[in-house]
Amino acid sequence: MTSASFFDISGLAYLLAMVVYIFYLALRKNTLGIIATTVTIFGFVSQSIAFIMRWADSYYLWTGSSPESQFLTSLLRSAPLRNLYESLVFFVWCLILIHLIIEFRYKIRTLGAFITPVAALTLAFIDLSGTSKEIQPLIPALQSNWLLFHVLFSFLGYSAFGVSFGAGVAHLVMLTETKDEKPYIFWSIVVGVFLIILVAMGIDYLSIAGASTEELIKNHFLKSTFRSSSDGVAAVSYIAGIIAIYLIWRYGLGLKKILCSFSISADMLDEITYKSIAIGFPLFSLGGLIFGAIWANQAWGKYWGWDPKETWSLITWLVYALYLHARFMAGWRGKKVAILAVVGFVTVIFTYLGVNLLLSGLHSYGSG
Amino acid sequence: MKDKKESEDIKPENASPQSSSASEAVSEDKKKTTIIDAIWNFLASVKLAIWTIAAIALTSIIGTIIQQDTEPANNIKFLAKLFGDGAAPTVYNIFLKLGFMNMYQSWWFVSLLILLCINLTVCSIDRFPKTWKLVKLPLRPMQDNALRALPIKKEMTVKSSLSVVKDEISNSMSSLRYKAFTSSGDNHLQLYSEKGRYTRLGFYVVHVSLLLIFIGAIVGARFGFRGFLNLPEGAFSDVAFIGEGKKIPLDFIVKCNWYNTEYYVESDTPQKFQSELVIIDGGREVMKKVIEVNSPLTYKGITFYQSSYGMLPNSAGEFVLKVAGRGSEGKISRLRFGDTFEIPGTNTKGTIIDFSPALGRDPQTGKLFTYADTMINPAVAVQFNENGKDTLKGWILKRYPQTGNMPDGSKIEFLDYWGVEYTGLQVSRDPGVGLIYLASIIMAAGLYMTFFMSHKKVWVKISEEKGAVRIIAGGSASKNKLSLERDLDKILAKASHSIEGRSKK
Ligand code: HEM
Repeated sequence: MTSASFFDISGLAYLLAMVVYIFYLALRKNTLGIIATTVTIFGFVSQSIAFIMRWADSYYLWTGSSPESQFLTSLLRSAPLRNLYESLVFFVWCLILIHLIIEFRYKIRTLGAFITPVAALTLAFIDLSGTSKEIQPLIPALQSNWLLFHVLFSFLGYSAFGVSFGAGVAHLVMLTETKDEKPYIFWSIVVGVFLIILVAMGIDYLSIAGASTEELIKNHFLKSTFRSSSDGVAAVSYIAGIIAIYLIWRYGLGLKKILCSFSISADMLDEITYKSIAIGFPLFSLGGLIFGAIWANQAWGKYWGWDPKETWSLITWLVYALYLHARFMAGWRGKKVAILAVVGFVTVIFTYLGVNLLLSGLHSYGSG
Repeated sequence: MKDKKESEDIKPENASPQSSSASEAVSEDKKKTTIIDAIWNFLASVKLAIWTIAAIALTSIIGTIIQQDTEPANNIKFLAKLFGDGAAPTVYNIFLKLGFMNMYQSWWFVSLLILLCINLTVCSIDRFPKTWKLVKLPLRPMQDNALRALPIKKEMTVKSSLSVVKDEISNSMSSLRYKAFTSSGDNHLQLYSEKGRYTRLGFYVVHVSLLLIFIGAIVGARFGFRGFLNLPEGAFSDVAFIGEGKKIPLDFIVKCNWYNTEYYVESDTPQKFQSELVIIDGGREVMKKVIEVNSPLTYKGITFYQSSYGMLPNSAGEFVLKVAGRGSEGKISRLRFGDTFEIPGTNTKGTIIDFSPALGRDPQTGKLFTYADTMINPAVAVQFNENGKDTLKGWILKRYPQTGNMPDGSKIEFLDYWGVEYTGLQVSRDPGVGLIYLASIIMAAGLYMTFFMSHKKVWVKISEEKGAVRIIAGGSASKNKLSLERDLDKILAKASHSIEGRSKK
């Protein structure tokens, strides 16, 4: 079997695990919980195999074109962390790893219902966006150990932030009491927008089948729905989107009932949110900002240039710095900081995807 | 001032009896407030930090949407999409006034950054005495009821004597590097210790590193420069350029021996951009290095980065060929267009008749053509001639050496078309980089201290009750309660293990 088939297996496993976790959340049958965990572990193992196989493949590719390169250098240059596809896959891998650690250490399974969707959504994004899965040769600017550590640490940080996002949303769901509270409206919109974008990308994918998948997201992102050239289609999309958000808002309190019936407390979710940010923040500071700056300085003689990618990672970092300081402020516990944790991860997504996919469409920024 | 008190009850782990004295100190200095105090308190508050950081984060977004430092036309075109053609120039002018076209250097953005620094400095000075007091506070034994109220507690009863238990607990504490102090009463005593009290200063370390980064950036902007230099192969220069025609002297000479792009096998994806640079200082060659994209050359604080390359217009260079007769070592020849070379050991001569920087074959017609004007796939056409008669004519490709294998076993390799390319160097000096790197290390250390270490305190009360010894161990930690809990478990497990061992003897 190839690394791609192991990867597909892991994707299906996470999707299945997501469904089982959600049923576990709703029905509270212990057997379901055990099944969900087993399926997740199975997916994790198979993704690990896929990861190692891909590494081996690109190792042979690299040594094929640079026979003089030393073993360690070749190993580092061929680490499968070199493009959008590979880094997203690695993100999912870390996310599941952290989730499993939390599940075994804190003995809470419920969080799985919030984290496996993030993993499954990312994998769905990879497939729907047609992100290139080819092993690509490494262009000169990317041949740097600093870059490798930059990506590695950033994504470790991102996955910790992903966990804080899951816990933060769960925390908000638990804390909000009524439908007219701002935090309630906030989380129903965030969850709604996430789902809508994913569905819209699915529609892009189905309607522009045959277009080169590489180009799909750059040129056709939401073009068959919200950004359609036909005003009618666009209008219908917006109406459908608003209805979907309305429905989530209308029935979202049900989720709170389910969550409250479990033996997790809001404090525990708050602690998980904080703990994962406390792990993610130093990793991201070191990897995202420091290693990134060192790499940029070696490659271009400029450790900071305010380019959109750099600026957005600074914004992400500042939002999490805000979160850390906000916890010391009177009245800023609970909902307000949970909102910051959620906003933080939205900026993470924007830093990683939005800058390349949306801002680069505005002008001619390269894919930095 | 609210937030200062808050920070203590937010972290219940901190609420050991000793912290209370520090919070009292906080409320004392609140008694009289003059205007200067008010300003000071404003500049020291975390609330200001929150609003400043939020403002920096939000305004930064503008500069990622509006293209920075670019031709006005680009942004007017972009604004026309948002505001319509009519309004675009007006909007552009308003945005220009607001500094949005170069916003990270605009007065208001720089002011926000400076405000953050002042906030950080004042806040640190303001808090330092209190934090220091907290750090320096001597550890005291714990009252019974306070011990009961500790967030983390373990209890155990063993059959042994007070002095044996005391020795063993104290041993196992020191094996975990808790230096134990003792206080004793009748029938009971207490061992107490702490570890990592300086980790409470971790966030200061982080904040200091931030200030250093700002200083480093200012030093770089003030005393450094960023220029460029395009050097043709074989050329040299003792200046670099900043902006349009502005020169900056280098006080040594830099020479480019050659420039080369290497491609991946069978693809036009570049694998390496390389130039060989030589530094000549005081008339002597002092340094020679092949630079690549991630591997620059630094001499006397000035760094040369490989940043671009290109072809010189209408230049004639030298074809570097390696010509080898059958079974013999090759010899390098440097030839001009139209020059002729001999293949040793044969009567064959070759003449250079054509050159293409990027030779491709049309997949449909099979015709050869030049598909780019940079040297992606350089090829030289050679007309061969044996005993005065034209024989073969063929293209030899630099990236495909087998194209130079002749039917009679001789080999001609096309090594380079030298002198037609230039290397584009970025030349810069940034005396602030050292400071930035130092600050990065300090920040990493500070973050580690803040998030992965904690100030842990433990108290172990040992009391004799009816022939048995009761042990109550409790502790508090500024962070990471789990690790404290594990420490307590280890202390007790180790002690009880050796107590059992002793009583068996
Ligand atoms: C981007 C800028 C900043 C960064 C990255 C930063 C970073 C940090 C970090 C990592 C912590 C430790 C948080 C924790 O223990 O969970 C911290 C704590 C703190 N920071 Fe900042 N900081 C920044 C700006 C500021 C500013 C401008 C102030 C000025 C008031 C400030 C005041 C504080 C205070 C009072 C604490 C809490 C100390 C305590 O534990 O009681 N910070 N900061």
